[in-house]
Amino acid sequence: MNKDELPKDLSSDELIMLYKKMLLIREFEQRITKDAGKIKSPLVHAYTGEEAIAVGACAAINDNDYITSTHRGHGHFIAKGGDINSLMAEIYGKEGGICKGRGGSMHVADFSKNMLGANGIVGAGPPLALGVALASKMRNEGKVVLTFFGDGAANQGMLHESMNLAAIWKLPIIFVLENNKYGWSTPVDYATVIKDLSLRAQGYGMKGFTIDGNDVIEVYKTIKEAVDIARKGGGPTLIECKTYRWQGQTTMDADKYRLTEEKEEWKRKCPIEKFKIRLIKNEVIDRAIIQKIGEDTLEQIEQSVKITKKSPKPDINTVLDDIYKNPMNLGGN
Amino acid sequence: MTEETKTMRGLEAIRLAIEEEMERDDSVFLIGEDIGRFGGAFFVTEGLLDKFGPERIRDTPISENAILGCAVGAAMVGMRPIAEIMFADFLTVCMEMIVNQAAKARYMYGGQISVPVTIRVPFGTGIMGAAQHSQSFESWFMHVPGLKVVLPSNARDFKGLMKTAVRDNDPVIFFENKRAYYQTGEVPLDKNFTIPFGQARKFTEGDDVTIVATGAMVLESINAARKLEAENIHCEVIDPRTLVPLDKDSILNSVEKTGRLLIVDEGCKTCSVSAEIAAIVAEEGFHFLKKRIIRLNTPDVPIPYSPNLEKAIIPNAKLIQENVKKLT
Repeated sequence: MNKDELPKDLSSDELIMLYKKMLLIREFEQRITKDAGKIKSPLVHAYTGEEAIAVGACAAINDNDYITSTHRGHGHFIAKGGDINSLMAEIYGKEGGICKGRGGSMHVADFSKNMLGANGIVGAGPPLALGVALASKMRNEGKVVLTFFGDGAANQGMLHESMNLAAIWKLPIIFVLENNKYGWSTPVDYATVIKDLSLRAQGYGMKGFTIDGNDVIEVYKTIKEAVDIARKGGGPTLIECKTYRWQGQTTMDADKYRLTEEKEEWKRKCPIEKFKIRLIKNEVIDRAIIQKIGEDTLEQIEQSVKITKKSPKPDINTVLDDIYKNPMNLGGN
Repeated sequence: MTEETKTMRGLEAIRLAIEEEMERDDSVFLIGEDIGRFGGAFFVTEGLLDKFGPERIRDTPISENAILGCAVGAAMVGMRPIAEIMFADFLTVCMEMIVNQAAKARYMYGGQISVPVTIRVPFGTGIMGAAQHSQSFESWFMHVPGLKVVLPSNARDFKGLMKTAVRDNDPVIFFENKRAYYQTGEVPLDKNFTIPFGQARKFTEGDDVTIVATGAMVLESINAARKLEAENIHCEVIDPRTLVPLDKDSILNSVEKTGRLLIVDEGCKTCSVSAEIAAIVAEEGFHFLKKRIIRLNTPDVPIPYSPNLEKAIIPNAKLIQENVKKLT
């Protein structure tokens, strides 16, 4: 398939949905970056520039399949169908947040959507994904798990233990490596010798692919193939998606360690812009629809900010709630 | 009604509890190194593979983070895994899954889920394990909100508390004292026999001195108390059995009666279980105390290999007797 074509298994509505979701993530991250001073947390990580990965990957799985996410998790949350009002409120630390203001940006999770949580510890998602995939296998549910992680996590021991165990037990997991070129300030070519991190798959006897992470269709198609294999009991796949983090590590990072030229070069490879042109060329959408989608997206975000502002701060009398499920003085169900 | 019991070793009591819970609940499964075909480093899980098969008794490579990731992840979506970490000392390589994941998931995700995982860990001295196979890390986990910490000292309690751990909906670290593995006791055969968390057990009654002990130190304390009876010194030996939740009331009530407190635990002294219990009594029961509190611990030293060196640093019945006398 050439770069301009579109896959036949996706309807126009589904293709437009991919575009809408990427744009929603983009505008959402732009807004929280603009509001970083109001949000106040120095530990909010924006997904800007990487939207095609979460959206393409989540389009390739069913609603009842699972994902685990990273510290940069807003995009995964939205792509898996999470509600942006509860996401916005969580990042603002409000009671109306999906985690009632207990988790914040790095811990957004929506278990009703099988979005099993952003995670503040780099590399901690894949080991948890093992258990989720094992449960699915033991209960014959046929569900798969996408576990997202970055080039930083690629060098964590936990990930390697996880890839090995997933391989020997043929667990239904897709290891989705978002290579955005930097672990905070550390370049991937400093941190690893190999050029394509998907090479690592060979060491565990699984298939590995390196793809253009800024091409939502390529992400969708590659993940879908891996999902089909996993669902049939063929075991895990590692998919490295090359992309770029447009912003600093966090919304408050001054980002002085990367060259402007590099940032500009990657902005020219914008996943949303590229996909928009492709949709126009294939006459799936026109300029008028694009304009309408853009306006609706901004309106949706404006609304979520309004809802968030109305949401109360968490009640301090509840700060000790939810540490345990069973009362401390009683064991058992 | 008399209770039907059977004499068995501690490790068999744990096995019986696991077996009963696996029969009762399909979502219970075991995961760990050498637990299946081999039967476990201490043979706690011997025979379970034949009974339940490799799907539910899962041998793993030596990958402790993957073992606990598997257990915690499965628990997050409704399974009830029991993970074995071969020696408590190996908890250091998989603290992440316990401290930042299992303990935190419920709270930081706003109560959306619970994590009903049980993590079994053999601990303590007595097998010439030296510095990396003998440690007592239980106090570390008392410092992590979200975990429950269980430390039985005998066969009966092993069974009752293991069953409660599996049924509990929160992450439980289940410390199994190696010496207690081989000590026999009367174990109830009733499949509904469980012991609630947060209830200390009193082994002897007395008005003179309260001895709070955990793990292998419980039997040492009981032996000391029996000897002291001959000298007309009456001790109350209390085993908290669960460190989180901790039955403070039983300890404080006993100290109110005796006014004297000796605490014995096998962990290194600094920031130990004994330190926490001493602090609680000093804070909440200071007015009961007639004498200073005495703590007996292993000194702050890596556990040595040679048996005579190991023996020299672990509190025992004789040391307990001597120290009780200092309080009377």
